[in-house]
Amino acid sequence: MPDVLIQVEGLSKRFGGVRALDDVDLAVREGSVHALVGENGAGKSTLGKVIAGVHHPDAGNLLVEGRPVHYRSPHDALKDGITMIAQELALLPHRTVSENVFLGIEHSRLGVVDRGSLRRRYRALVAEAGFEVPGDVPAGSLKVADQQKVEILRAVAREARVVVMDEPTAALGREETERLLELVRLLVTRGTTIVFVSHFLDETLAISDEVTVLRDGRVVKSALAAEETPASLISAMLGRSLDMTFPEKRYPAADAPVVLSVKGLRRAGSAAEVSFDVRAGEIVGMAGLIGSGRSEVARAVFGADARDAGSIELDGKQLRIRSPRSAIRAGIAMLPESRKEQGLQMNRSVVENVTLPHLRTVSRAGVMAPLKERRAVTEMTTRVDVRTFRLSAPVRTLSGGNQQKALFARWLLRTPRIVIADEPTRGVDVGAKLAIYELLVSLAAEGLAVLMISSELEEILGLAHRILVMRGGEIASEFDGRTATEDAVMAAAFGAAARGGA
Amino acid sequence: MSRESVSVVSEGLSARVRRLARPAAIREYGIVLSFVALFLVLTFSSDAFFTQRNMLNILNQQSPTLIIAAAGTLVIIAGGFDISVGAVYALAGVVGTKIALDVDPFVGMAAGIAIGLGAGVLNGIVATVGRINSLIATLASSFIFRGIAIVITTGSVFLIDDMRYAGLGQNEVFGVKIAIWIAALWIAALWFILTRTVFGRFVFAAGDNPEAARLAGVRVNVVRTITFVLSGLAASLAGVIASSRFQSGQADVGVGLEFTVIAGIVVGGTSILGGEGAVWRTVLGVLFIALIGNGFTLLEVDPIYQQIVQGGIIIVAVAVDAWSRYRRV
Repeated sequence: MPDVLIQVEGLSKRFGGVRALDDVDLAVREGSVHALVGENGAGKSTLGKVIAGVHHPDAGNLLVEGRPVHYRSPHDALKDGITMIAQELALLPHRTVSENVFLGIEHSRLGVVDRGSLRRRYRALVAEAGFEVPGDVPAGSLKVADQQKVEILRAVAREARVVVMDEPTAALGREETERLLELVRLLVTRGTTIVFVSHFLDETLAISDEVTVLRDGRVVKSALAAEETPASLISAMLGRSLDMTFPEKRYPAADAPVVLSVKGLRRAGSAAEVSFDVRAGEIVGMAGLIGSGRSEVARAVFGADARDAGSIELDGKQLRIRSPRSAIRAGIAMLPESRKEQGLQMNRSVVENVTLPHLRTVSRAGVMAPLKERRAVTEMTTRVDVRTFRLSAPVRTLSGGNQQKALFARWLLRTPRIVIADEPTRGVDVGAKLAIYELLVSLAAEGLAVLMISSELEEILGLAHRILVMRGGEIASEFDGRTATEDAVMAAAFGAAARGGA
Repeated sequence: MSRESVSVVSEGLSARVRRLARPAAIREYGIVLSFVALFLVLTFSSDAFFTQRNMLNILNQQSPTLIIAAAGTLVIIAGGFDISVGAVYALAGVVGTKIALDVDPFVGMAAGIAIGLGAGVLNGIVATVGRINSLIATLASSFIFRGIAIVITTGSVFLIDDMRYAGLGQNEVFGVKIAIWIAALWIAALWFILTRTVFGRFVFAAGDNPEAARLAGVRVNVVRTITFVLSGLAASLAGVIASSRFQSGQADVGVGLEFTVIAGIVVGGTSILGGEGAVWRTVLGVLFIALIGNGFTLLEVDPIYQQIVQGGIIIVAVAVDAWSRYRRV
């Protein structure tokens, strides 16, 4: 077995009153992939950040090649060849890819960057890394998957020996994830050590040599990946065993009325047209590759983006939706793709976030009724099980899963006719995931229409009564939830002309 | 959050104490401590400080600034800036005295205040529908407003000795200047709007995350425009009060007033990034800066150092805001 490169001993870290890491031990071997798994808030990202010098531990030791180190900043860690690719990528969107890659390590003459040398070094780097990203386009114009590659090139350019990757596949589709894992393997063959933080157990087991499970800031298990299964990891993460089955599907009656009917919907500036229905009690899953236009359909229905054409009917009545406000009034609820950027007021309290679209119901003549508001919010956060110390705490202090549940509480405060949930389980831990599945199923059982967009095929197959697959802005095919298979849906998402590894 | 935690747990005293020591809490309550400390120092070092006369004098002098800063707090929380308030202040005084001289003193006051309504609507629409950064939009409009004031006065000063007009800024009710009463009512009204009404919630939501607010059905542009209207109204109300106090309307008053106002708001701990802030803290912020000036006078410190001290305090205030964000994980 290779030597231990990074040794963590008795490490503890607090954030305010929250104990993020508690007496953690860890040994990462040189040239291996060491995965850190756990629920959100278990401390896996924090541990990764301590190793990369982003956070300073309160207690305990960090040893690199047996030598105790005290990193004050990521810059210090980089001197030892340790770098991190954060979950939220940190590229300069308006600078080119090559400028981003060599940021801070440019060759310059008297402070003037030598563009010719930049280009030559970039070509050499790409050849060395074994994969390609166009070097002269703005980094912000790339897809997330390609931006990730830029981050990896950045790490290679800095001759990193250790790369901490925090949820590198969270924003990626299935195909892109596969390619990213290939890149990770490539880095390992070059001798790089990888600390891989992820929610996705299958890919974690596929890529890693060793895996460490954290729960509530403590290490509960450290083992060879080959000896673990997703089920064994989940039971370690949760401290109980749990089968990853979905709630039983309850199909709506054949004559269930159509709740939402979208006909000939065309977004402003797009040629593609979309038509579909969602019936009462039905969960329609919308699958497709990233960029296939799923979120765009949801946003157009909700009035968040302009439409060129198309009609939207709710319960048989034609709607004139001009803004999210009019969509909400009509009874449409949407949980947007990015809860941080589009969903929540991160610095405002849970209470304020939950009632924001429905302030009319908890006020009189424009004046808030605080007691009524608190009662309504408490009832709803209890129903969807939002876990927080205080309802007056800023939403940013909640874990990802609880933030998402707070969004559900928001939209259920006044019962909508249809709930559109765009990636409702992204960046959410396993426990919260199951809770959200159960919630969606119970909403449908109450007679609501549910449209769920997801990049996780299992959850589409596990929950949806009907599956719409989008490709190139249009609905490419439709499957019955009883007969759909993973392969068939994937094939439809890629289209007839799909090329295996393209 | 750990799995064991129950839905809502009441917090203990120690947790509360810890919370008060966080940078965010320093931003929230730092101004209270600083204000009280400065107040005590001045009380013990100068006999002339804590007297009814001096207190009322400070409040009277500061009432126009307080009125504008209270409304400016809402603008900044909603994610905007209004630096046209100095120009609106001047224009309102000019229009008020002009119409008071030509028509009727009370019509003059109403017309002067109405100027702020129009200016606010214009600022709001340019900054929201026009998608022009509000700092630039109100910088540009401030040239226009002051320009109009210069056109109206043709460079001269309107003097007014009609006590019906001048009474607003000079008369007293229950031994306290009317201007102070107006400022108190205006501040109380804005405090209520911000903390107790649906509109107040919209103001915070629009500033914290405008896109998320829009997707929650908040008409962000309307909300922001209303904050500009309130700010414009405040500036014109203050301008009319000041013109009444000095019995004159002139185009070159209130130059730099917008910066005094923003300084007061920021020292009071309202975040310039929007989404956080409070009217009552702005009041303390404005008065804190005023106390420094008052202290310089009473303690006979050379006033040439006053601006340096005030500048330093503003930097500290903004730094506390920035650090409290930086520490958030």
